[in-house]
Amino acid sequence: MKIVKIILLVLLVGLVGIQFFPTSRNQSDTIPKTDFMTVNQVPKKIENTIMNSCYDCHSNNTEYPWYNKVQPIAWFLEDHVEQGKEELNFNEWADYSSRRKNSKLKSIISQIQDGEMPLTSYTIIHGDAKLSEEQKKEVISYMTKLKKDL
Amino acid sequence: MKRLKVSTGILAIALVTLTATSCKDAKKEHDNEDGHHSDMESGEGHDEAGMDSNEMMDNGQKTSKSDMLVANYLDLKNALVADNKDAAAKAGGMMVSDFNDFDTASFSSDEQQELKDIIEDAKEHAEHIEKSPIDHQREHFDVLSKDMIDLIAITGTEEKLYQDFCPMYNNNKGAQWLSATKEIKNPYYGAKMMSCGSVQKEIN
Repeated sequence: MKIVKIILLVLLVGLVGIQFFPTSRNQSDTIPKTDFMTVNQVPKKIENTIMNSCYDCHSNNTEYPWYNKVQPIAWFLEDHVEQGKEELNFNEWADYSSRRKNSKLKSIISQIQDGEMPLTSYTIIHGDAKLSEEQKKEVISYMTKLKKDL
Repeated sequence: MKRLKVSTGILAIALVTLTATSCKDAKKEHDNEDGHHSDMESGEGHDEAGMDSNEMMDNGQKTSKSDMLVANYLDLKNALVADNKDAAAKAGGMMVSDFNDFDTASFSSDEQQELKDIIEDAKEHAEHIEKSPIDHQREHFDVLSKDMIDLIAITGTEEKLYQDFCPMYNNNKGAQWLSATKEIKNPYYGAKMMSCGSVQKEIN
């Protein structure tokens, strides 16, 4: 009994302790000149869809949920965003070579087609980020056009 | 006395937790820096590294470099032909390090720019091949093959190669690949459609 109490106490202290470690936040006020939306004439509707469903992990500005203030969830999310940005950062679109744009567009199209993006672990919490069939079609056909015009 | 022991224990473990987590933090920052670094300077870094070894370079080394890449590419292709995901992943990993080591210093500045673009893109595909299921490996192999064809157009290669084309892959958009043998063995479908495709071009 005593040991259980001790373990619980330790866990509590540990949990409180880690709250004092802030994470670096993926937040930025400015939209860079190289942003996907700036360099492409994206129809408003598609822009909204992409901003809402993709930009949290694939840009330099994440709209954090309240629970991101709680560790260790914040670490998990930070990892996630870091990885997402490494694969694709819409803010740096113009910096990609055409060859790379072509690759990125191909991956965007196939991942949306296969329902791999946005990630289920993300849409479970962000229900509104889930793409409807219509949204999928719109985004895919827009990206396909972009790829052809490269 | 008992309470003292308990609180000492708690303190000790809390301390350990804090240390452990702060280690994680430090590691994170380090990772971030690294990521940042390679993002910002991958291009310059390459060029600089190239400059340094410029004097030591000769043409023989240059070709052998692209030939190593071609050899690992062919291993990857053969693994996909054999529907062998693990062997493909391994060959993909080899290609990643080949691309990392690739020295562009002996080429003209236009060629260097082109090679830099190709390598940047191709490396990413090789990285994905290293850690993906076979369907994805094949998707990335499609673009990687294009990159390799463009790369060889610049670097040349000692090997006799066949540029093959499968018209069915990727919703009938078709896909190319390189092979060292004339006989068609399709890496996009493997055993399912081994002989689908034709030779487009002979290299060397």
